[in-house]
Amino acid sequence: MEQTGEVWVFIQRSKEKIVEASLEILGRAGELAKELKVPVVGILAGNSAEFLAQTVVTYGADKVYVLCSSYLEQYTTNAYARSISTLIKNKNPAIVLFSATPQGRDLAPRIASALGAGLTADCTDLKIGSYTHPRTRKKYSKILLQIRPAWGGNIIATIVNPETRPQMATVREGMMKVPVPDGSAEGEIVKLTPDVGQADIKTVIVRQELEKKTVDLKGASVIVAGGAGVGSVENFELLRHLAHLFGGEVGATRAAVDAGFISHDHQIGQTALTVRPKLYIACGISGAVQHLAGMDESGKIVAVNTDPEAPIFGIAHYGIVGDLKDIIPRMINTYKTLSH
Amino acid sequence: MSYKIIVLIKQVPDTTAVSSQTMKEDGTLNRGVLPAVFNPEDLNALEMALSIKERYGGSVIAVTMGPPSAADILRDAMYRGADKVFVLTDKRFAASDTLATSRVLSQAVRKIGGFDIIICGRQAIDGNTAQVGPQVAEKLGINQLTYVEEIVDLTDGKISLWRSVEEGKELAVSSIPLLLTVTQTANIPRPPSVKKIMKYKNAEVRNSLSEACGINDLSSRGLLIEQWDAESIGMDPEMCGASGSPTQVKKTEKVVLKGKQFKKIEQTDEGIRELLQELIKDYVFD
Ligand SMILES: Cc1cc2nc3c(=O)[nH]c(=O)nc-3n(C[C@H](O)[C@H](O)[C@H](O)COP(=O)(O)OP(=O)(O)OC[C@H]3O[C@@H](n4cnc5c(N)ncnc54)[C@H](O)[C@@H]3O)c2cc1C
Ligand SMILES: Nc1ncnc2c1ncn2[C@@H]1O[C@H](COP(=O)(O)O)[C@@H](O)[C@H]1O
Repeated sequence: MEQTGEVWVFIQRSKEKIVEASLEILGRAGELAKELKVPVVGILAGNSAEFLAQTVVTYGADKVYVLCSSYLEQYTTNAYARSISTLIKNKNPAIVLFSATPQGRDLAPRIASALGAGLTADCTDLKIGSYTHPRTRKKYSKILLQIRPAWGGNIIATIVNPETRPQMATVREGMMKVPVPDGSAEGEIVKLTPDVGQADIKTVIVRQELEKKTVDLKGASVIVAGGAGVGSVENFELLRHLAHLFGGEVGATRAAVDAGFISHDHQIGQTALTVRPKLYIACGISGAVQHLAGMDESGKIVAVNTDPEAPIFGIAHYGIVGDLKDIIPRMINTYKTLSH
Repeated sequence: MSYKIIVLIKQVPDTTAVSSQTMKEDGTLNRGVLPAVFNPEDLNALEMALSIKERYGGSVIAVTMGPPSAADILRDAMYRGADKVFVLTDKRFAASDTLATSRVLSQAVRKIGGFDIIICGRQAIDGNTAQVGPQVAEKLGINQLTYVEEIVDLTDGKISLWRSVEEGKELAVSSIPLLLTVTQTANIPRPPSVKKIMKYKNAEVRNSLSEACGINDLSSRGLLIEQWDAESIGMDPEMCGASGSPTQVKKTEKVVLKGKQFKKIEQTDEGIRELLQELIKDYVFD
């Protein structure tokens, strides 16, 4: 059996496009592969996937395996899991990575279970390193260190799968930078015909309803959110201005919605939406647990609050003690000078 | 048609109640001081099972793997309407990762047998992995539909339902048997019924060897919480617990909220510029 030791990234498609979360992982996977001195490989599936293969190369893949089959045109769990598990068994990669999107989290555990491989969910960082088993003292070098928050985000754990292969992980969206595409990059594109047929399609998708949202909080990479401390509808316009400048959306606490400063579809928290943008700017928000539950996994959190004791500072990466009516206009002006 | 529905439920430490007192210095969690609760999305799973039973007929069996105290959530499940419950308890199950857990759960499901639908929560709040459901489905060789929001219909062995996907939702159809995972927005779990609390509060845990201790009597009165160990489900002890878990924790670190990552920004123009420059450098605007 072939032992490629490669680093693989499952490339998720949405219609004719590659989802950004997959590209984010390709960058980091490339670095891991370099350390291991092996190729980084993109895995594409579906008949119309082939024309995306070159794009995967431009984003850093040394090689792309394309599983060509009309049965893989649309994502269904069983057909994908079976084809990819078989490919893994044939090629023996060292590492296989998925994005922690709903699709990635549907597929990866199914494959890990079929292979008896270890899988770490929702990693925020990946590295190559060594590990010594605490009891046997056996030392493992050049293995994948899978870093993720646990216990409601209160601890950061480093997980390893020392014995089983491949080492598998899903990676949280928005944690890694999409590589700069290199139009001149060259890579090998390998077309494969998986043994998959009608019998493998266990789910029929009758219809998809894509949400047309007026507020796309889920998709926003920047959210400027306001709480009761914003004080008025007019002041929320300041937040909106900043959000638009950053290409983001406006979010709110329940207190701000209840006060009538903004409509309910902007609400974030335990009883509303959970978001994890790359940047969350919390303005005039105290930091009640019910609100934190909906946003504490954001990449970077900036808090602006007049009260230095506000709990929001406890989970923020950056804190500014001050009046938002003063701080936000200055942020807007400063950003404009910086982006020129 | 009547359906046999198995719900997999987990008792978890209430991670939403973590505070500085619950964390030890070395970054591990002082589990003892955190209240143990019914995993929230498993309540949604149970509710979905009960509503299928009410709409189409059938029975609901709740199964949990955990320490003996996990029987508490099984009692709670009975108060809400579960017909039969099992607790999988064995020292050798301890320290199982998601794969090892799925082996134990699927063995128990096999032993129960003859099921139509297995329902899990989407994820448990202690690890937020969302892996156990799909891993159980794979072990049992059945289809799975994750992130289920609403059952539309169940007839002639076919289920159709709405599930949420990246860009919205999709209407999916599959044959049974299959496994579902349910999100918190799918339904509002019913509260325990006072009548059922009166009836089931004396439910007792017994393992299958305790014939003498009135297992049959408890069972006939619906008051049995049946306890199974590795042998009773035919589970190879090597394949569960720490020895059956491919993943290992290398280390854990406490998230020091202030100090470690927290940076105070002065409310001056210079401070704001510095902040924005740092954010730009961290690619948050890309
Ligand atoms: C079951 C339940 C579910 C809930 N679900 C949700 C939910 O999903 N989402 C949610 O958000 N809440 C939810 N809540 C409510 C939650 O408990 C809090 O009440 C709410 O989040 C507080 O909102 P806030 O921070 O905007 O208001 P406050 O707590 O009133 O805080 C306002 C903050 O603004 C600061 N401030 C005032 N003026 C200024 C200024 N000029 N500049 C800067 N800062 C200023 C103050 O110092 C203060 O910290 C829920 C509550 C319950 C009981
Ligand atoms: N020990 C367990 N006992 C019963 N069910 C479990 C157990 N662990 C996980 N599950 C089920 O699997 C789901 C996902 O768990 P997790 O993969 O840990 O996020 C949970 O919501 C439960 O339905």
